[in-house]
Amino acid sequence: MIELQNIKKKFGENDVLKGISAKFEAGKTNLIIGTSGSGKTVTIKCMVGLFEVDSGSILYDGRNFSTMTLAERKVIRKEIGMLFQGGALFDSLNIEQNVMFPLNMFSTMTKKEKLDRVNFCLDRVNLSGKNKLSPSEISGGMKKRVGIARAIVMNPKYLFCDEPNSGLDPQTSLVVDQLIKEITEEFKITTIINTHDMNSVLEIGDHVVFLWKGLKDWEGSGKEVLTATNPELDEFIFASKFLKEIKNRTF
Amino acid sequence: MLLFQPLYHFGRYCLMLKGAFSKPENAGMYWKETIRQMVSMGIGSLGIVCVISFFLGAVTTVQTAYQLVSPLVPLYVIASIVRDSAILELSVSVLCLVLAGKIGSNLASELGTMRISEQIDALEIMGVNSKAYLILPKILGALVAIPALVIISCAVTILGGYTVSFFTSVITPEQYLYGLHDKFVGFNVTFCLIKAFTFAFIISSISCYYGYFTEGGAFEIGNSSTKAVVWSCIFILVSDYVLAQLIL
Repeated sequence: MIELQNIKKKFGENDVLKGISAKFEAGKTNLIIGTSGSGKTVTIKCMVGLFEVDSGSILYDGRNFSTMTLAERKVIRKEIGMLFQGGALFDSLNIEQNVMFPLNMFSTMTKKEKLDRVNFCLDRVNLSGKNKLSPSEISGGMKKRVGIARAIVMNPKYLFCDEPNSGLDPQTSLVVDQLIKEITEEFKITTIINTHDMNSVLEIGDHVVFLWKGLKDWEGSGKEVLTATNPELDEFIFASKFLKEIKNRTF
Repeated sequence: MLLFQPLYHFGRYCLMLKGAFSKPENAGMYWKETIRQMVSMGIGSLGIVCVISFFLGAVTTVQTAYQLVSPLVPLYVIASIVRDSAILELSVSVLCLVLAGKIGSNLASELGTMRISEQIDALEIMGVNSKAYLILPKILGALVAIPALVIISCAVTILGGYTVSFFTSVITPEQYLYGLHDKFVGFNVTFCLIKAFTFAFIISSISCYYGYFTEGGAFEIGNSSTKAVVWSCIFILVSDYVLAQLIL
């Protein structure tokens, strides 16, 4: 479980996070949603340590990440997997080498054990046999799936996904979403997804946190977002005329 | 503010070097990356180094002959001048200015692209010291590849002059070979290598600095590459003067 306790973050005079508290449980897909500039990416970057919080605590199963030394953080970071918006695959390495990279760096496995693990992960994301392709030879959806394979290769306890559906068509988005949900439940991972894709919210949102102007404005399940009475959330979910019309007819 | 800007960059540059020269997580991976960098910089630049050096040698021979109008100066002096010019300046400083353009812009744009495509963030989140993994092999690679290229360049520059002696009447091959051996100072080669190592460190570390701290998008990557080349060239020329003043 990951717990945020009143985290605050400022950039110059700009208060980006104004005190966010939330709990993200293991084995569930936790979604952070919100409009652009609401603080989603900053929250996730603070959680993984790419930004330092100004105040507040981030607890990984009770371990306070914000007060840890660099060496202590390295231990936690080995338990973290992250899927980036663009995949963030290393251009100079092929798919197999990309997925194997964390194993090469940190594990004491033999070459065969590493290869077996890589093949298992690639198989899990439906990319068997694509080992030798380079990142420039594969599609955006495949890059995301390779990113997932690399993120899970070290058996992480915590999985962070930064807008996993950006730039993908609706069908591929669904595949990526389902894959993340299956992996989360199968390996009991604490998964946190930063998104503004409403399909993801409705399809895989076990727990949804809505951020608005740097504050947690609403919290609930993916299904509850449709019937929530929060005006900001309502405005965010039913942004288009079409959706507003559907809402008026349905609810 | 203008006064603090150089201090800010210097401080961040020193912190980057401190981070880069820290204990590797996995020595084997760092070794492989260092070898890859050596091959990329060394073999990748060999062609242009040979072409430039050959013509530098040829042109220096012809132009020195053109300026030596006094009948009291023997022609074999041309070869001595070509040799010393190559070892002391042409194959080190001039070549490193060219390499600052080739290797420096390459390093800065590679790291800049890694930064904006979040590959550096990915390394950090995995628990890898990105400064050490990305910068240390590049600096070590440059410290091996660039002095090696400089040595090759010295040889090819002298060869360029020797080739001229076969095809023109400015100097005979025999006079050229005699001039090469005449009053040769071995310390010049040591000085050449000291300069080569210094310039290799300047090119790699400054280029890595501008690449690693790139912020923004494609436009900023171009800016970082330009700054990397410009500042590398400036520091090469300044350190060239300082070393000459101190050592010679």
